[in-house]
Amino acid sequence: MRIENLAVNKNGFAFDPTSGETFTLNETAKEIIEDLARGVEEKEIAKKLSEEYDVTQEEAMNDVLDFKEKLKLYGLLS
Amino acid sequence: MAKKTYEKPTIIKVESSHSKAGVPMPKQKIRKKIGGVAIDEMVERFGSPLFIFDEKAIREKYRSAYEAFSSRYPNVQFGWSYKTNYLKAVCAVFHQEGAIAEVVSEFEYEKARELGIEGKDIIYNGPYKPYDSLVTAAKEGAKIHIDTFDEINDLEKVADELGFEIPVAIRLNMDTGIYPQWSRFGFNIESGQAMDAVKRIKAGGKLRLTGLHAHIGTFMLDANAYKVETTKMVRLMNEVEEKVGFTIEYIDVGGGFASKNHLRGIYQPPEVVVPTIDDYAEAITSALYENIRGNSYPKLYLETGRHLIDEAGYLVTSVVASKTLPDSRRSYIVDAGVNLLYTYFWYKFNIELTREVSGISEPAMINGPLCMNIDVIDESILLPRLRRGDKLVISPVGAYNVTQWMQFIRYRPRVLMVTEEGNVELIREREELSDIEKREILPDKLKLK
Repeated sequence: MRIENLAVNKNGFAFDPTSGETFTLNETAKEIIEDLARGVEEKEIAKKLSEEYDVTQEEAMNDVLDFKEKLKLYGLLS
Repeated sequence: MAKKTYEKPTIIKVESSHSKAGVPMPKQKIRKKIGGVAIDEMVERFGSPLFIFDEKAIREKYRSAYEAFSSRYPNVQFGWSYKTNYLKAVCAVFHQEGAIAEVVSEFEYEKARELGIEGKDIIYNGPYKPYDSLVTAAKEGAKIHIDTFDEINDLEKVADELGFEIPVAIRLNMDTGIYPQWSRFGFNIESGQAMDAVKRIKAGGKLRLTGLHAHIGTFMLDANAYKVETTKMVRLMNEVEEKVGFTIEYIDVGGGFASKNHLRGIYQPPEVVVPTIDDYAEAITSALYENIRGNSYPKLYLETGRHLIDEAGYLVTSVVASKTLPDSRRSYIVDAGVNLLYTYFWYKFNIELTREVSGISEPAMINGPLCMNIDVIDESILLPRLRRGDKLVISPVGAYNVTQWMQFIRYRPRVLMVTEEGNVELIREREELSDIEKREILPDKLKLK
């Protein structure tokens, strides 16, 4: 899981030291990456998002799954 | 405690090819209202998707086009091109403004008559006019524009049947310096075919040539082509009057003026490449003045369609789902597809949101709801992360879409017109199963128990 090594700064700029690639991401993306790196379950991440933001747990769950797909395509998650 | 505004999680790899992606969009394209009425409210009331026409915009466009021509050449008449958009309400606006009807089939002819347009105020064009429709058109005094020698024969029979001489015009094609040259309608000027048709009509003694018509192309980006066209038509008129003895009462230069739409394959925006209505008017009227001999100024007819209606029409569609594609692009699935957007095949539309959406932009494609791989409204667009139910406003879509749209897989949606007074009128109801099935017949032996 390369997301564990991802260096993310407070402005949403991320650097992957393994590949040298850089990314930009928003606040919710940053939170999900931190949670995934800590091994938090998808369902739990969605629940947290729905408690913090104006989003249903159902919508947040879809977004977490979709986001994981994106991370896989970028080689950040296996 | 109030919850924070949710932004869907977005991550973008920084790549030079996507250099504009991954940053907050500097300027989002937002359209909240059409004709002064909130789009969100119209969708809430009438559902999604929705075609919406702006009556005020139609009238303003017509008036500015009429002014551009009539201020230069007062003897001018516009004919509303039915094939561009033959919704009754749209045609009625143009007729109220003073346009007559320009039709290209017996169906369109019937539509104009049904709307209350008299035969004398109908220009009947098209490469195929069924015999019965020629009888009707001749009886009702329509302006019949002959496309072929076969049609001359048909009309001479009609003249015999009705017992009077029928006034007619011939359609012409010519080289106006544009490529591709439209040569399949009417008679060619340069080869002498047009003059042969005039002589053939004269020799028959049953028809009287009163007009010349041409349609040189569509979405014409070179106004000078109209100058060439008009020059050639007036010169032919002079020759016909001098050598054959017909009096030409009108010259119809057809349509083809471009709208402010973005043609695929053209890098520059429409504001740069599309001539103004004054450019077109100047090209045509200057050619008239330069070539007309004597003091007889024929009436100038125009069959402008796209230019007058395209920008007054919008399609509002809603996001129903989204997903990440294997190439990392986002696909938004919306509730309107290319079956409703025939002009998709040559335009890259202007796509706007009805609300500001915070967040970084992401490369996306917009797919319609058809179970067809070709259902792509925009294959490459930068958008902030949209949520289910967010609306996209697609424009300009006023020309050709609500005539060439297909009932395919899904029902065609409602069409609204926002009136000058700011009222919202339903001008076409959404389709339902009975609309489609009432023309079908299931043989008894195939009826399922």
